[in-house]
Amino acid sequence: MSFINYSAREINCKIVYYGPGLCGKTTNLNIVYKKTRPESKGKMISLATETERTLFFDFLPLSLGDIKGFKTRFHLYTVPGQIFYDASRKLILKGVDGIVFVADSQVERMDANMESLDNMKLNLEEHGYTLDKLPYVIQFNKRDLDDVVPVDEMRTVLNPGGVPQFEASAASGEGVFETLKAVVKLVLAELKKGA
Amino acid sequence: MSQASLVMFEEESVEITEIITRLVKEANAKSAYLVDKDGQLISSAGETQDIDSTSLASLTAGNIAATGGLAKLIGEQEFSILFHEGEKDNIHISIVGHRVILVIIFDERSSLGLVRLRVRKAGEELGKTIQKILARMDSADSKENLLEEITDDDIEGLFS
Repeated sequence: MSFINYSAREINCKIVYYGPGLCGKTTNLNIVYKKTRPESKGKMISLATETERTLFFDFLPLSLGDIKGFKTRFHLYTVPGQIFYDASRKLILKGVDGIVFVADSQVERMDANMESLDNMKLNLEEHGYTLDKLPYVIQFNKRDLDDVVPVDEMRTVLNPGGVPQFEASAASGEGVFETLKAVVKLVLAELKKGA
Repeated sequence: MSQASLVMFEEESVEITEIITRLVKEANAKSAYLVDKDGQLISSAGETQDIDSTSLASLTAGNIAATGGLAKLIGEQEFSILFHEGEKDNIHISIVGHRVILVIIFDERSSLGLVRLRVRKAGEELGKTIQKILARMDSADSKENLLEEITDDDIEGLFS
C-alpha cells in the first residue's frame, strides 16, 4: 500500500519481484543497485542463507525523482523462490503496489514458473488482492542461455492476459531497467486512477 | 485491487512526531520510530542520525510479519511486543492499534520496565491519532488532489 507523506513530501510505493527459485529476482535487484546513482539508492539488504539463497527477502530502496514537488520512492523487495519458504513469501506480498513476475526461460524450469505463478495468485488472494487488478509486469529472464522456451510459447503459458512483458538477461543487466520502468509507470498510473 | 494509499498530512505528522519526541524524553531512550506494517517509515525522533531509518523500517516490518506468522501458528492473533537485547543497545518493538509499529532504541540510561511503561501510555495516544488518520481517509472528502494532478508526462519525466 502506497504511503503519501505530505510532511516529508514523499510518495512511497512497494514493488515485489516474484518467481521460482534461482530465476534471477535477486540478480535483478543487484543490477538495479549497481547501475543506480549513489544519491538515488539506499542500502540493499539481503536476508540470505550462507549459500546466497534468499531466506526471507532482499530489499532495495530507490528514489526516482520528483513529481509535483513530491519525491517518488520505491521499495523493491524479492521473495524467497524456493517452494518450502511459502510462509515467508506470503508475508512479503502484504501491502504490495506492483508486481514483477520473473520467469526462468529454460525449458526445464517451465513447470517451476507455472507453479510459482499459481502460488503467487493464491498468496495474493489471501491478502485480498486480485492479480488482474494489480500493476503487474512479467519478465522472461535468462534469454541468453541455450535451450530456452520460445517467447511466444512463454507468453501463451505465463501471460495469457497480455500484461507488459520483457525479455531479459538479468545477469548482464539486459532488460532489467525496462522491466522496472514498466512496473513503476503502472504503479503511478494506478495511484492516479485511485485518487 | 490495491488498497487505498495511506496519506499523512503535515499537521498529523507534527502530532505524531510530538508524541514520539516526548516518549523518547520520558523513557530516557535514544530514539523512537513509527513504522507502517508494510515497512514505510512514518516518523522518527531522538538520535536518529547514525541509523539507516529506511532499512530499520523495512526490517522491523519484516520482523513483525514473521513474528505474526509464528503467532498464528500457535493460535495467537499477534505478539504485540518484541524485545531484542544487545550488549549496549536494546530494541523494544510494539504494535500500536493493530496497524503501526513503534520502535524504541534505548541503552543503559533507561530500563525495559520504564520503556514498557512509557510505550503503553504513548501507544494509546498514537493509536488515537492513527485512528483519526484512518477515519479521515475513509471520509468522502479525503480524496486529495495530488495524485489526480499527476500527468502521464510527469510519470514519463521520471525516466528521461
